[in-house]
Amino acid sequence: MSSTTINKAGNELMNAKELRADGVREQRLLLSLATPALLAVIAIIVIPVGWLFYLSFVGNDGHLSLENYQKMIEYKSYARTFVTTFQVSLLTTLLCILIGYPLAYFLAIMPARLAGFFMLAVLLPFWTSLLVRTYAWLVLLQKNGILNDFGMAAGLWDEPIKLVHNLTGTLIGMAHIMLPFLVLPLYSSMRKIERDMMHAAANLGASPIQAFWKVYFPLSISGMVAGSLIVFVLCLGFYVTPAVLGGGRVVMVATQITAILENQFNWGAASALGVVLLVATLVILFAVSKLFKLDNALFGKH
Amino acid sequence: MDSNPDSGPSQLPTALPIKIQGLTKKYGSMYALDSVDLDIKSGEFLTLLGPSGSGKTTLLMAIAGFNRPDAGSIRFGDEEMILKAPHQRGVGMVFQSYALFPHMTVAENIAFPLKLRGVAAAESAERVDTALATVQLSGLGDRDIDQLSGGQRQRVALARAFVFRPRILLMDEPLSALDKKLREQMQIELKHLHEQLGVTTVYVTHDQREALTMSDRIAVINEGKLTQVDTPHVIYNRPANAFVADFIGESTMLPLTANESGGLQFDDHLIAHDHAGDAGSEWSLVIRPERLFVIGDEVIDPEKTVVFPGVIREFVFQGDTAFALASIGEQHNLSFRFGTDSSSSQDTLHPGDSISLGLHRSDVIIIPRDRKP
Repeated sequence: MSSTTINKAGNELMNAKELRADGVREQRLLLSLATPALLAVIAIIVIPVGWLFYLSFVGNDGHLSLENYQKMIEYKSYARTFVTTFQVSLLTTLLCILIGYPLAYFLAIMPARLAGFFMLAVLLPFWTSLLVRTYAWLVLLQKNGILNDFGMAAGLWDEPIKLVHNLTGTLIGMAHIMLPFLVLPLYSSMRKIERDMMHAAANLGASPIQAFWKVYFPLSISGMVAGSLIVFVLCLGFYVTPAVLGGGRVVMVATQITAILENQFNWGAASALGVVLLVATLVILFAVSKLFKLDNALFGKH
Repeated sequence: MDSNPDSGPSQLPTALPIKIQGLTKKYGSMYALDSVDLDIKSGEFLTLLGPSGSGKTTLLMAIAGFNRPDAGSIRFGDEEMILKAPHQRGVGMVFQSYALFPHMTVAENIAFPLKLRGVAAAESAERVDTALATVQLSGLGDRDIDQLSGGQRQRVALARAFVFRPRILLMDEPLSALDKKLREQMQIELKHLHEQLGVTTVYVTHDQREALTMSDRIAVINEGKLTQVDTPHVIYNRPANAFVADFIGESTMLPLTANESGGLQFDDHLIAHDHAGDAGSEWSLVIRPERLFVIGDEVIDPEKTVVFPGVIREFVFQGDTAFALASIGEQHNLSFRFGTDSSSSQDTLHPGDSISLGLHRSDVIIIPRDRKP
């Protein structure tokens, strides 16, 4: 045995140094590919959020203080805003599940090619500007809007129903905009449920309804929770639709932040609101992912 | 197995016969099942064997109720099943993918059919334990499905399929995902389990060796039609046609010609003295490679043995057996196999050598020639 073959004493191993160097080179190359994205994340997200976080702890006199957070506890309007925000988000999520689950199921059981076509119908509005869709709802829902005109002409109701500039309008608009965010993850998790699962359930004596509730639904929960979380979190910070369709009556956190900045130019108070919302969102995400063991669906683990 | 403690005084039979008549299923213009008639006896282990796309799985799915045939009848005992929904048929089934429910433990999976049938918790637990013991998985009831190996999943799927005492058990290539060693072990275990349960079993496979190993009878299916239904012995030794002879086991087919005296011959070898066939019909000789033997110096009785002189072309050592190809005449090759023990003639054979191959007349298989355009 020459000194360059593999040696238990670990002395001179054949090409060991070169192979190690090659491995390090490969890792560096992969890291360099991710660098632009990492830098962008730092510049666009980490630094500004950190700055806002810092501002939230700076009082009106320019010194560090908790006064911005104290105000949030003192003034009832802040609490009301948070209640409204969570209420609207929760209701929107529930509406999306109610409409989205049957839709995703319908897409999942049909042949893939047909499903792709119907998926277009779900995605098409997705590609239209948010603002356009929101104002479109305004046109449909307002006092002299198409829906009220039609309803009254058909004799369904006599007085124009107030469908917009309130919670109803906000929920209709938001549910419409959020629906794809629920349907897409739900559809993909439903597609993964093997057809044999339902066959097996039926074969073992389950009626179609029993098979659905005992086998299909439990297997689709993870997709449903993942989609619901996305919808819920997006709703928490939503601005345009509640502002337009809520007509000032549905004040959510994002609206409140804008108001503070426009009226008082108080960065500290606005930042504090943002920070509280961010922390609340993270707590909810963490709790739900623990509750449903959602690591795979949310964080891409396999 | 007739002493089920809780089968009650009603004395339900442990198995039911299946009678299939005129079963037809078309996909577009293609017949997946072309008027299939099949009688499966009570307690029998019947294998549906065929290449992929032959219709064997379609037939099994029709028995289970997962597809809707275009016409025909499927009866379990005296009861017509063709219009019954799958959950009303009461057959157990083992799926190729196992189809175990990932959100339930092993025990919950097995208890699933019992729960649906309203079996009391205590009795259900007892039956789950018995089923687990039967498939040699005692103590694993609390495991999650993703903690099990492929072989263990297979056993759980099996336990779940028989725990509710179905009188018919269907299996769709249940061993195809296992490695070779485990598969061969499971074949024997499944056979024993079938003897123990006594349940009518319909088994689908494309693996001819598996079919030969396990079955009471094999139904060979091709292009939506049953081509032969018989015991493994008959299927192998007396294939009814070229498809069966070719699909099951290895074989060489040689064309036969009729002579003046009503016999059949290959070249100048007389194969059969008289073969009761219609005038004008054509026949082939089927030779299994392992039925040929190398003739040395011994004296051969031509009444008992057909002798083919030839020249070795190829010789391949394959471990348990050796495989060789010999040319006979101008255009035909014979493949043959022999053991590789120290007494075998393998060391003395080389490409280019002349040899004589013998075939006992009792091993001669004559089938109608496949007439292709």
